[in-house]
Amino acid sequence: MARAVTPRRKAITTAAAWTIGFVIFFPILWTILTSFKTEAEAIASPPSFLFFDWTLENYVTVQQRSDYFGHFWNSVVISFGSTLLGLIIAIPAAWSMAFVPGKRTKDLLMWMLSTKMMPAVGVLVPIYLGFKSLGLLDTRLGLVAILTMINLPIIVWMLYTYFKEIPGEILEAARMDGASLRSEILYVLAPMAVPGIASTLLLNVILAWNEAFWTLNLTAAKAAPLTAFIASYSSPEGLFYAKLSAASTMAIAPILIMGWFSQKQLVRGLTFGAVK
Amino acid sequence: MSTQASRSAARLMLSPAVILLLGWMIVPLAMTLWFSTLRYRLLSPGPVSWNFPNNYTFFVTDPAFVAALLNTLVLVVAVLFITVVFGTLLALLLDQPMWGQGIVRIMVIAPFFVMPTVAALVWKNMFMSPTSGLFAELLKAFGLTPIDFFAHYPLASVIAIVSWEWLPFATLILLTSLQSLDREQVEAAEMDGAGPVRRFWFIALPHLARAITVVILIQTIFLLSIFAEIRVTTNGGPGTASTNLPFLVYLRSLSQFDVGTGAAGGVVAIILANIVAIFLMRAVGKNLDA
Amino acid sequence: MGQFQLSGVTKAFGETQVIPPLDLTIDEGEFVVFVGPSGCGKSTLLRLIAGLEDVSGGAITIDGQDMTAVPPARRGLAMVFQSYALYPHMSVRKNIAFPLRMAGLSKAEQDRKVDAAAKVLNLTSYIDRRPGQLSGGQRQRVAIGRAIVREPKAFLFDEPLSNLDAALRVGMRLEITELHERLKTTMIYVTHDQVEAMTMADKIVVLNAGRIEQVGTPLDLYRSPRNLFVAGFIGSPRMNLLTGPEAARYTTTTIGIRPEHIAVSATSGPWRGRIVVSEHLGSDTFFHVADTGLAPSMTVRAGGEVALTHGDTVFLTPDTSKIHRFDANGLRV
Repeated sequence: MARAVTPRRKAITTAAAWTIGFVIFFPILWTILTSFKTEAEAIASPPSFLFFDWTLENYVTVQQRSDYFGHFWNSVVISFGSTLLGLIIAIPAAWSMAFVPGKRTKDLLMWMLSTKMMPAVGVLVPIYLGFKSLGLLDTRLGLVAILTMINLPIIVWMLYTYFKEIPGEILEAARMDGASLRSEILYVLAPMAVPGIASTLLLNVILAWNEAFWTLNLTAAKAAPLTAFIASYSSPEGLFYAKLSAASTMAIAPILIMGWFSQKQLVRGLTFGAVK
Repeated sequence: MSTQASRSAARLMLSPAVILLLGWMIVPLAMTLWFSTLRYRLLSPGPVSWNFPNNYTFFVTDPAFVAALLNTLVLVVAVLFITVVFGTLLALLLDQPMWGQGIVRIMVIAPFFVMPTVAALVWKNMFMSPTSGLFAELLKAFGLTPIDFFAHYPLASVIAIVSWEWLPFATLILLTSLQSLDREQVEAAEMDGAGPVRRFWFIALPHLARAITVVILIQTIFLLSIFAEIRVTTNGGPGTASTNLPFLVYLRSLSQFDVGTGAAGGVVAIILANIVAIFLMRAVGKNLDA
Repeated sequence: MGQFQLSGVTKAFGETQVIPPLDLTIDEGEFVVFVGPSGCGKSTLLRLIAGLEDVSGGAITIDGQDMTAVPPARRGLAMVFQSYALYPHMSVRKNIAFPLRMAGLSKAEQDRKVDAAAKVLNLTSYIDRRPGQLSGGQRQRVAIGRAIVREPKAFLFDEPLSNLDAALRVGMRLEITELHERLKTTMIYVTHDQVEAMTMADKIVVLNAGRIEQVGTPLDLYRSPRNLFVAGFIGSPRMNLLTGPEAARYTTTTIGIRPEHIAVSATSGPWRGRIVVSEHLGSDTFFHVADTGLAPSMTVRAGGEVALTHGDTVFLTPDTSKIHRFDANGLRV
């Protein structure tokens, strides 16, 4: 725009945007603040906003009494495990679709995406029973397997779009330079694809961390990740808002930070290219 | 480039993904179909026997089913409406020049990254609880009696929570699309005498139409499967007031251990999702340049 | 080294045959240019020779050995791509060293050869930079360096100068030609620009819709085009092609006369017309003449000092010894 925007207009816009943003963010902010209050303070009426006795006791209690870090570790293992496994399967697949496309490539890609659209309840019964008989219920292994399958379409899709951005001629040049397939992928493709792979990893770890159907239904005590752990707080046991806030803050903090870096990937990964 | 050698290599490298996804699709699906034809109750004695189409008729004539179906549709449509309308407005706002746009973006995007169970519990306890929630405090400050949201307006409460979670997604997508709008088009319209409202209606909105379509389709796929928020707040109640189709299937399968009926419900959910998926695939397919 | 024999080579993509059976011999040390309009199959042919595409039929022999089924890495050829295809994450040095690394040479050997190539191409000053930091011409040189260092049987160039601006193009043309003089290795060069073809080639292969229209030296093609297509393609501006009564006077269907073989006069000549556009280049002038009754528009070349301009009546005298005759099938008579 060639014309300058008046400072007045900018101020109004800024005020409006900040207000709305604050309102939207408020629940998260409130949770973080409450996590530093005492339980009594947390349900005080009227509620206090910033001026109260800040304390870390909730964080301590949550860790001591409820094996928070055990669940945190489960979340880490499950989300990173499923994403890494997904990457191992998806990288070769995306390579072949991006660089050796055939008549059916487009259909194949669409079919893969369509598997993500199957509602989880549609297979809840056989998966539950199957896991039960295989002894996979309440195991991290079982969850890693399921989450890999759920996110595989998105991982393949995202890698495919990133690989397509690599000029095919560079790989051909490598071939002419005498590189074997292995060398081509290792020394030329991989370094160029690292940013794309990192972005895909980021988004899918987030999606796996927040997954709240299979993690709720297939776990009990041992393999329960944070989603299930927090869910167990749903039956009220008296004064516990502050502890809930502490647990929640710890549960969402890593993902909030990762999420901030992954906005672009979000658009790429979840709109399947329909929005640029 | 496709030589014989690279084509066979490609086929090999595709196979793990294809085989796994094929297995993931076919095996459980086939089993669900199979179970839905059986009389299979994990808790009651007696053999497993053929029960088609009783499971389906039972499930479909269950008054809970009709309620669940309606609730599902209400939930999806309401959240779509809220997120798309407010998402568009927010995107328009965020597209304007302002100070600290980066921070506003973080604040607006954040709810999408909060795990559903946390979101649900935070809203349930800290905001909507009639005894100590913030809304209660607010109402008390105005001399009104606090409302027990989840008891009186269960579905609406769930809708509120889910909308809060998904508004960032819609906003982000729409904002991205808006930022790809050719500024010169807008300037040309201005030269042609169009005011801001007209510029929005005739230039921005058609451009956004595609992004809006994508947002609607993708959100629908996810919204049809909302589960955790209900499980953690109302458990579908009171009665079936906030039960949606996925939750009903869960109840039948894992809560009442009626595998046969649950499976039948699962099939119904799949059919519903497939209808939406067809439209989504068509929209996506147009843009795939494989 | 660098002798090629293509026998009955065909290429089809799915149902469409883009190259009908084609035979071609390329001698050792030749600078051969494949030229033709867009989509004529010249790049495809190059890629078949490189091994980046499989032939659908026929055989490709290099130095007497059948290489039809041999993968590109093992044909001993080097290719310079239109987009240079440099490895963006590697420095110039590493880019050029890559093929040597793939061949398993020791680090010392690699460095020696890379430095030698860098000296030949004058790129030692930016040898540690990355491709992203280089200009188009510099990248071009790195791409050539990467090819040279392999000491291949032949160099394959796929429209290497298309992405450069005009001035740079002329300079690089000279450099490539000089390179050929120095290395004496076979070079197969693809371009759509007939000026590049004429100036650089020992032998030109004119392609049209996958078919070879003519093979010959630049001057052969200029003086004796075998058919209408080659006649119209080689030479800039295009040869004037006339049909009708004027052609009948020479007992053929079509005659052709190049703009530079028509004399221009303000006063007299067998053909007469009106100048509609005059292009003054300083060294030459090109007149586009209408209303001759022979063709909708004819192009004529005159010296830089001719004072005629648009709107003027002009008289044209063709050099009858330079008239080309073509029969009803478009073939040279």
